[in-house]
Amino acid sequence: MTAQRLTDYLETSAACWPDRVAVVESSGATLTYGELERQADALAAFLAGRGVKRGDRVGVVLPKSREAIASLFGIMKTGAVYVPVDCTGPVDRCREILSDCGVRALIVDARFCECIPDTADCRDVVVVGSATNHVALQASTPFEAAIATPGVPIEDPGSSSDLAYILYTSGSTGRPKGVMISHENAVSFVDWCSSVFEPTPDDRFSSHAPFHFDLSILDIYVAIKHGASVYLISEDLSKNPKELARFIAANRLTIWYSTPSILILLLQFGNLGQHDASSLRLVLFAGEVFPVKHLREVQRRWPSAVYYNLYGPTETNVCTFARIPDQIPDDREMPYPIGFACSHCRSLVLDADAREVEAGEEGLLYISGPSVFAGYWNRPLENAAAFSEREGVRWYNTGDLVRWSPNEGFMYAGRKDRMVKRRGYRIELGEIERALYTHSRLDEVAVAAVPDADAGVTIVAFVSSHGGRPLSIVELKTFCATRLPAYMIPDRFLFQERLPKTSTDKVDYQALRGQFSSVGAG
Amino acid sequence: MSQNVVDAALGTNEPGACEPMTDVKETLRQFILSTYLPGESPDNLRDETPLQTSGILDSLAVLQVAAYVEQQFGIDLGVYDTSAERFNRIADIAATIARKRALRSSGDAA
Repeated sequence: MTAQRLTDYLETSAACWPDRVAVVESSGATLTYGELERQADALAAFLAGRGVKRGDRVGVVLPKSREAIASLFGIMKTGAVYVPVDCTGPVDRCREILSDCGVRALIVDARFCECIPDTADCRDVVVVGSATNHVALQASTPFEAAIATPGVPIEDPGSSSDLAYILYTSGSTGRPKGVMISHENAVSFVDWCSSVFEPTPDDRFSSHAPFHFDLSILDIYVAIKHGASVYLISEDLSKNPKELARFIAANRLTIWYSTPSILILLLQFGNLGQHDASSLRLVLFAGEVFPVKHLREVQRRWPSAVYYNLYGPTETNVCTFARIPDQIPDDREMPYPIGFACSHCRSLVLDADAREVEAGEEGLLYISGPSVFAGYWNRPLENAAAFSEREGVRWYNTGDLVRWSPNEGFMYAGRKDRMVKRRGYRIELGEIERALYTHSRLDEVAVAAVPDADAGVTIVAFVSSHGGRPLSIVELKTFCATRLPAYMIPDRFLFQERLPKTSTDKVDYQALRGQFSSVGAG
Repeated sequence: MSQNVVDAALGTNEPGACEPMTDVKETLRQFILSTYLPGESPDNLRDETPLQTSGILDSLAVLQVAAYVEQQFGIDLGVYDTSAERFNRIADIAATIARKRALRSSGDAA
C-alpha cells in the first residue's frame, strides 16, 4: 500500500507488528507499535474534542521522549499541523515562533511552560510531566489525563496535500521563518529512503537530531514505516560522546544519521575503539561539508557501515545524495560531492541570467519534485523569491552554488548570500545582527562568518559601542544567550571605533573579514 | 576547533601536578579566556560566572574544557560531572577537580 499521509505508516505498522518495539528512550523506556498507535489515537480524539481541526497548528515543546513521538502522530491524526520548537533555545524565540504561526494548541513539557505564548489563538495546553506553579497552567490538561479522556472521532483528517509540519529556520530578515511541509512532500522523501536504504523491521535507527531539525524526519518516519525501532537520543546524551558511543554499541544500532559535527565529536571524544559498533550497517550524514580526514577516520573505526552523504535544505529535505567509497583513499583531501539528484527529484543548475551552465561551471542549484515544500508560513515576499516557473514546472532555488561533474555529480561550492551552516544548522547572519542591535550600548553591529578548517566557520561579531569603550565579552555572550539559540552565539567579538563602510555607505564586510584574518583567528 | 585546542593549551605541564585550589581556578580561567573569550578582561570571568547557561561555552566547548581538565589534572570526569548544573562555574569545576583528587589520594593510600 502506498501511504498518502505520514500517519498511514504508523497505522500499517501497528496493524502488522503491534507488539514490536517502536520507540526506545535513552533511559531504556519503550513503546510498542500498538501502544504508540493507541496513545496517538487517544491524543487525537482529545484534541478533536477540544475543537482542534484540520489545518490548525499545534506547537510541540517537548524533549526527545515517547510522549513526543505520540504527540506528533496524534496531532497529524486530527488533520492538524505540528510545529516542533527547540525547547533548549531562548524562551522569547520559542514564543515568537509559536505566535508567528498562531498555534491553536500546545503540547509542552512541564519544565518549559514559560514558552506558552500569550496569544488568544492558543486555547488548549497539554502538559507532559509534573506541572509547576505556572499561572498559564490553569487551563491545561496533563498528558496522561488527555490520553485517558474519551474524545470525539476525527471528522476530517485531511488529504495528502495538507500540511504535516512546519519547521522554523533562521530567516534573513532577522526573524525565523516557517518551512511548510505537506504529507505528500514528506511521504515522497520517506519512500525514496525506503528504495535506497532498504530498511527492515530488524533495523534500529538512531534519532539524534531534535524534532525541529529536518534530519528527524528520516529517523522517525522511515523507522516507523518499516516497523523498525527508533532510539531517541536525549539532549544530555547527545552532548556526551563517551556515553553516546557506549549507547550505540550497547543497543546495537544499525542505522546512524547525524551531522558530520556529531560524528567528529564521537571520533575525538568518544573512545570509539573501546566499543563494538559492528552492528552499524548505514552511516548517513547531512547538513554540512564533512572534512575528508575526519570522515576517513570515522570509517576506519566503524568499518562495517556503508556511508552516504545526503544533501538538501529543509525546503526539499534530501534531494541529492552520494555513496562514499568503502575505503577512502589516503591521499583524498577534497570533500566528497553531494552527488546526484534523488529519483523523486529533478535538478537544474542556472547562472545569474537563468541560463543552464556547462559541466564544471558554477551555478545555483534548483530542485523540483514532490518533496519540494509548499512555501514559507505567511511570507509572501520570500515565497515569490524562492520559486521560479520554467516550462510549467515549479523550481525551488536552493541558493546553494554547485558545480556539475558527470562522474561525481554535484560538488557544493558555497553561497552568495549571508546564510552559513554551523553544525548542520542554518544561520542567517542578519538574525544575529538583529539580536545584537537590541543591546542598548551597541551603536553598530556587523556579523561575518570566516572559514575555519575544523569548525567549518567561525562567527565573528564586529561591534562599536557608545563612547568607543569595549564591553565585556562575557556580558555580550550572556545577552545573546537570552535571544539566540546556542549555535548562533558569535565565537568572537571584536570592538571597533566605527565599522568600515563601502563607497555606498554600506558595511564593508570584505574589509571586516580581512581585518579578522590579519589580527589572527587564534 | 577540536582536540587541537586542548593539546595546544596543555603545553608542557605535568599532568596531575597538585596545585592549590586558587591555582586550579587560575589555570581554568586562563584556558577559558584564551580559548573562548580572546580579548576579554580576566576581571569579567569570575569564579561564579555561569559558563554554559551564559553562552560562553557551547556543547563542543564543554567537551573541550572537560578533556583539558582530565588531561591537565589527571582525573576522569563522568557524565554527571559535566552537566549544566555541575560544570557551570569555574568554582564548581575546581571543586569537582578537588573532590576527584581527594578520592584518588584516599584510593592510593588504601
